[in-house]
Amino acid sequence: MSKLVAAAKKEGTLNVIALPPTWANYGTIISTFSKMYGIKVNSANPAGTSQDEVNAVKQENGTAAAPDVLDIGMAVALVNTNLFAPYQVSSWSSVPAAQKAPSGVWVQDYGGYMAVGYSSKFGTITSLSQLLGPKFKNAVALNGNPTAANAALNGVMMANLVEGGTADSIAKGVAFFQKLKAAGNFSPVSATGATIKAGTTPVVFNWDYLNLPSYVGVSNWKVFVPPGAALGGYYAQAINKNASHPAAARLWEEFLYSQAATGGQNLWLEGGARPVEQAAMASNGSINSTAAAKLPSVSGTPVFLTQTQATNAATYLSANWAKAIG
Amino acid sequence: MAVASTTETGAPPVRAGRRLRVPAWIGTVPFLGYIGVFLLLPTGIVLYKAFQSSSGGFTLSGLTALGSSAVRGYFIGSFKLCVISSVIGAVLGAILAYAVASGNPDGAVRRLYLAASGVLAQFGGVTLAFAFLATVGPTSGLLLHLSWFYDFPQGIALIYVYFQIPLMVLVFMPAIDGLKVQWREACESLGGSAWQYWRHVGGPLLAPAFLGATLLLFANALSAFATIEAWENQIAYTVPQQISTALSSEVGLNNANEASVLAVGMVIMVVVVMTGYVLLQRRASRWLH
Amino acid sequence: MAALASLGESAPAAEAKGPRSMQAGRRRRLNLFRYLVFTVFGLFFILPLLAMVRFSLEGSTLGTWSVAAWKQIASYPGPPPLLSAVEITLELAIISSGVVLVLLVPTMIWIRLRVRWISRAFEFLCLLPLTIPAIVLVVGLAPIYNKIRHYQLSALQLFWAYVILALPYAYRALSAGLTAIDVETLSEAARSLGASWLTVIVRVIAPNMRQAILNALVLTSALVLGEFTIAYLLLYNNMQVNLYYISRTTPNAGVLFAASSAALIFAFGLLLVLSYAGRRRRRGQG
Repeated sequence: MSKLVAAAKKEGTLNVIALPPTWANYGTIISTFSKMYGIKVNSANPAGTSQDEVNAVKQENGTAAAPDVLDIGMAVALVNTNLFAPYQVSSWSSVPAAQKAPSGVWVQDYGGYMAVGYSSKFGTITSLSQLLGPKFKNAVALNGNPTAANAALNGVMMANLVEGGTADSIAKGVAFFQKLKAAGNFSPVSATGATIKAGTTPVVFNWDYLNLPSYVGVSNWKVFVPPGAALGGYYAQAINKNASHPAAARLWEEFLYSQAATGGQNLWLEGGARPVEQAAMASNGSINSTAAAKLPSVSGTPVFLTQTQATNAATYLSANWAKAIG
Repeated sequence: MAVASTTETGAPPVRAGRRLRVPAWIGTVPFLGYIGVFLLLPTGIVLYKAFQSSSGGFTLSGLTALGSSAVRGYFIGSFKLCVISSVIGAVLGAILAYAVASGNPDGAVRRLYLAASGVLAQFGGVTLAFAFLATVGPTSGLLLHLSWFYDFPQGIALIYVYFQIPLMVLVFMPAIDGLKVQWREACESLGGSAWQYWRHVGGPLLAPAFLGATLLLFANALSAFATIEAWENQIAYTVPQQISTALSSEVGLNNANEASVLAVGMVIMVVVVMTGYVLLQRRASRWLH
Repeated sequence: MAALASLGESAPAAEAKGPRSMQAGRRRRLNLFRYLVFTVFGLFFILPLLAMVRFSLEGSTLGTWSVAAWKQIASYPGPPPLLSAVEITLELAIISSGVVLVLLVPTMIWIRLRVRWISRAFEFLCLLPLTIPAIVLVVGLAPIYNKIRHYQLSALQLFWAYVILALPYAYRALSAGLTAIDVETLSEAARSLGASWLTVIVRVIAPNMRQAILNALVLTSALVLGEFTIAYLLLYNNMQVNLYYISRTTPNAGVLFAASSAALIFAFGLLLVLSYAGRRRRRGQG
């Protein structure tokens, strides 16, 4: 490990991509890592999608600007394994077997559940059907285009599960949003921190760790995960095979999976996300229990989309979403 | 304007026994080289990619995908938005251009409006979208919350009109300036009213330039991407948005070849429009310059 | 998305018009119409700009005022930092305008004098970028920029693409200036006095196209200041891209409004100053 630290310090730089500072506490994670090891972190394209990360790897291949590490959704990770270098962090055994590739080309890092965040001016929302009411005119938004963004697709899928659909067909979810649109409650405006603060998009479907008051910038922001529809999703870390800073990339992963009090796993927890080593850390006591207690409560069996289910959902959406909502 | 000069334009002047042996068009090589690398080559790459399947072989399936109903929807959406914003922008811009042009040619008003047009014609993207959010959002002190604004294509068409009008002013102003005052005086001395002037003299003269400018506005709206992407990103209404989705989709719908095929479709649409523009410009320049 | 016409090339016809040649009644009606139009359009354009400025002056709670957002333009840390993106964009504007002029002015003069038969093809090539939308062009530019990245990582390399984008507008401005002067006679006279071609272009003809050159410069700069798509899809960080990132990653969008207002005011001032700098001359200097 000390050899790795020395090699990484010698490289002196790390290229990361698509890590907004307010996404699961990445701002603090980056600055902590940078201060701890004296390595400069170049954070590119904070607004990018997972596919943008892979595109950057391909487009900047062989240059010093290419991303060294990626934090991507599972759909993108599984089809691009030929771009990654296998690596097993020192806390490899703490990651459940179902959440890592045996070879180590990708390993999940943190996740959350799809939730609805809303301004407290609406009172307390306990079920999705309330969103169809008249006081939500032009209020409800997704986080992006479901045919393009993971968070948006899962938002529609969550509505689908609430409406009685299964993970195999997203049709009822699209129908729900169609009803929302017909009632005049769907807002097509891009939901960003700025629009939430301005009150233009007071209800947003987003991962629970992105619905933190600190992320959205309003203190009167509430979150709820619909009972019986706990749709979860984890992201994955991967190292660029042709990274120009390979040691720094591996050191970064060691930091992210470290169970120390100021290590990546606990920092993600403070950001409202569920770290992948949560079970192991809870049993060996290294978990930050205050932060763990603040996570939104989830009832019912969590659902995680398989690759096939996600692809089917995407295909259905690409043919029907624009027609239903446009 | 220069009267045709008496020298021939082709033969190089003979000077002190030295004759140029290199053909004159060599002088255009730097320009042609630059265009070749940075314009023609990328276009060729896009065309090449449009006919590639994801495994690298040659295929026409991309073109048949152009006929699918989802793709048709994007082109129809783009078309609707572009037609509405360019027609409204052209009419309103022409009125504004006439108001500016009919004043003092050296005056402050004209300079101010032309400078403002130059700036606002470029004002787009996230800054324009946010300016409008600040104007019509629920917490603004200026305007009430307009809910028809969020429907496609009304709201975004109005935002497009915001930069289409200045562009129209800049493009159409020379045509209005080209209307000689003598024509108006001649019409009046023959007893014609203002309406008759516009109907029989001014209108037909300006028509080619006006239509040409409208087509230019159409091409401009078609290519616009940043503004609508910053305004709403939950549905791909237009072709550029779908190109972006095809390039960046992280849910498995990423398809670089679809992006290239859509790009080819866009190019065809714009080529048709721009050909019309060039032809109309030729017509217009016969009378007004 | 900028001007296709120059800002001051319509002197002859406009000069001949004047209040004296119109009847008083018609002039009155015309003035009424003009003031009405200016008011209505002025309101339409000012409103969003005022809203933007107002939001840029807003404090952390709604209803208070502060200039913090304006100060943030210089200090916004990112990632990536805003000030460096602004610097890059300004430098790109200068470089792109310079390259456009160096590329177009000699070529156009040369074609006008010696290679007339190419001028139709030349015009077609210059207008071609209008038919190929930026988002299409960038798909083809990506492999080329990959090669460029192996030599030079700076975002200033965007100028290669920006020159292409500016071609149609610069061409229009420059050709309006070129047709207004008697290029043949000027170059003949200069050559017969012993000037080299370089002198002819730089010291004889170009100064007579001053207004057109200024217009081309300004149009290119305005284009660069507003360009987003190509920089974004080529993974470079210029001012518009940076503002986009800010809009997506922070709830405090005040700096976004402040930066846009500053950019607009700057561009407007630039255009206004240049419209006075290239002061209209009496025609007939050829």
